[in-house]
Amino acid sequence: MSAFMETFSRLRDEKRYDEIIAAVPYARLMGVEFGEDEQGELLFRLPFHERNVGNVTLPALHGGLIGGFLENAALLHLMCNRESLETPKIVDFSLDYLRSGRAQTLYAQCEITKQGKRVAHVLIEAWQEDRSKPVAVARAHFLLTTGN
Amino acid sequence: MIQAPANPALLQAMGELFVSFPHCVALGFQYLGNEGRKPTLKVEWRDDLVGNPVTGVVHGGVITSIIDTCSGIAVTAHMDELETIATLDLRIDYLKAATPGKAIYCTAECYRMANQIAFTRAVCYHDSPDDPIAHGVATFMRDSNPKPMLLKEGGA
Repeated sequence: MSAFMETFSRLRDEKRYDEIIAAVPYARLMGVEFGEDEQGELLFRLPFHERNVGNVTLPALHGGLIGGFLENAALLHLMCNRESLETPKIVDFSLDYLRSGRAQTLYAQCEITKQGKRVAHVLIEAWQEDRSKPVAVARAHFLLTTGN
Repeated sequence: MIQAPANPALLQAMGELFVSFPHCVALGFQYLGNEGRKPTLKVEWRDDLVGNPVTGVVHGGVITSIIDTCSGIAVTAHMDELETIATLDLRIDYLKAATPGKAIYCTAECYRMANQIAFTRAVCYHDSPDDPIAHGVATFMRDSNPKPMLLKEGGA
């Protein structure tokens, strides 16, 4: 186990989520925040930042950024909800864009649909003001072991 | 034979426009031009683009952004006139980890321009598209918004 994963495990157990984000450079660049909702489930937030805009005339959040935010959410959700401290490796990521992301906070929540011995499947949903009107839905597969 | 862009001036303008979007500037995307209807983008490795602080490997989100952007430009290579497009879906296969410290290139093509939907595929690589890091397929809605993407740029 790497020194980083030891640190991660401590930050996770102490719920110091801001410090986890601070350790992941691209998550910090996007401006990701996360914590627990009233039910104790992880809720990911991306407050609006000008640098995250794609189409400037709408304006809309960049589609690639939405993908990055959701992929990062899936990885952190998985890492926070499993015992093993091996870093999962993303295998594939599939994203459906349902509405354009407005200049507002984007939220995301994940669900581990399956966690097998070697592979995990995670569903991710993103929304803004109204959860019943998702901006995007995605799913990802992660490899859980570094074996062959 | 390499098929020329439907409107070379439009493709050039769109390539430059897409990388000028704030998030593409934030990530440092460069438009390197096109071979026929296949545009290529480049992003230099930077420590603030890293996803795994142990290995220094670039975050998958950077790959997603460059594939989405380059694939969109590839769609514009088939346009006679400017129209707006919106990504409908995107799938990325992460074939192997990117090498820390090395620039990443993305080359995309639109392999089917239907009436309402454009279908694209893209690869990300360091040295050769034959040795890819990631592969992406996407679909785009054509004529997605009545508002033009260009207001003052006037590239079309």
